Amino acid sequence: MTALSIRLRKHFITPERDFLLDVAFESTSQRIVLFGPSGAGKSLTLQAIAGLIHLDEGEIVLNGTTLLDMNKGIDLTPQARRIAYLFQDYALFPHLNVRQNIAFGLKRGWWNPSKHVAHADIDYWLNAFDLKPVARQYPGQLSGGQKQRVALARALIPHPQLLLLDEPFSALDMALRQRMRQELADLQSRLDIPMVLITHDPDDVAMFGDQVVNLREGIVQIHDAGSISPSRQESRSTP
Amino acid sequence: MDHAWIPLLLSLKVAGWATAIDVVLGVAVAFGLSRWRSSARELVDSLLTLPLVMPPTVLGYYLLVLLGRRGVIGAWLDKFDIQLVFTWQGAVIASAVVAFPLVLKSARTAFEAVDPQFERAARTLGVTETAVFFRVTLPLAARGILAGALLAFARALGEFGATLMIAGNLPGRTQTLSVAVYAAVQAGDDSTANVLVIVTSVTCVVILLAAGRLLPQRSMASVR
Repeated sequence: MTALSIRLRKHFITPERDFLLDVAFESTSQRIVLFGPSGAGKSLTLQAIAGLIHLDEGEIVLNGTTLLDMNKGIDLTPQARRIAYLFQDYALFPHLNVRQNIAFGLKRGWWNPSKHVAHADIDYWLNAFDLKPVARQYPGQLSGGQKQRVALARALIPHPQLLLLDEPFSALDMALRQRMRQELADLQSRLDIPMVLITHDPDDVAMFGDQVVNLREGIVQIHDAGSISPSRQESRSTP
Repeated sequence: MDHAWIPLLLSLKVAGWATAIDVVLGVAVAFGLSRWRSSARELVDSLLTLPLVMPPTVLGYYLLVLLGRRGVIGAWLDKFDIQLVFTWQGAVIASAVVAFPLVLKSARTAFEAVDPQFERAARTLGVTETAVFFRVTLPLAARGILAGALLAFARALGEFGATLMIAGNLPGRTQTLSVAVYAAVQAGDDSTANVLVIVTSVTCVVILLAAGRLLPQRSMASVR
């Protein structure tokens, strides 16, 4: 049973924008969807959970471990949180081939894994995601679906305790989108890893929204999202 | 005219050391400047870029004042029996100072062009901050840094004014190619001048060709 409890607050003031991020929710679901239009603060929320941005106030507890508690001065680094992050454009390292990208989190120290790095886990993911034929290629040479699989393999190989996904299907065309959705759903059930997915696409909500958290203008709209059916979300979407 | 080799080798040695020093310092300072959130950032950048616009003889004079036996640094070094004036090591310092802004500018631009997303990705994969620099930031900025290093090497090889001020014109010891050309012309020794000029020109062409080969041809088209 996963337990995730989040309370975040940060005031962003830039010359262009004055934005308050104020998010709080609790969940015991394995699949949580943060749903809302562009600019609602979904990505910022995800980055805050991963420890990539600093907050004014906040508390994050995952499976009984406090990752962040500003009042007590606890703020684990992204490295120590063991949270995987699938970036919207995948952020595959362009100077490393597929094998090296997947191995990145396995290798400690100051140097990158070699081009022919060998490890049972790498071969497992290359096979599982049908990436063997492209293992020596660079990210620039991959298709959208392949990029996403490489990014997923890279994120999952260090055995994270939570998987964050930032608009995972937005860069894919319609046909591929449906297939990758199914692939991710199967993978999630097989690995039994909890995930938080952000999207503005109602179809993603239908597939992954065991619990839906609605965000608008940086504020959580409904805390008890469990009572909202995914079909009702469509009327709220403004993609 | 086999003694044309002596100034050539000296020039290569001086330019090589100067470039090495500039790359280490330039990369460190450029990375610091690219991450430093302060209003003093551009001021520091401008100060460090000064050698690019100041006359080399003026720089040479400053160096002489600093590094000479009675200079602030020179007097201190003298205690350890280290003299830089009229030595090839002095020429290295002159060349390094003159060429430094070329590495700094290129490296800073390169670091600022690295998408922070890649560094964030590396952090979530559990890699330490130092490793993020060596495994992600530095490789992604490498092309810009290499370009800066080549410019610095070329500039150091052609250094004349500051070198002459601090290292002088001692044949076989501090007489680099560009200084040797000047000395030969001054002495009316046209045949030596001709050889030196041809050697210099050929060296420059060879370096340019080598630079073209050094740049990796790998498929890095997706580096944004």
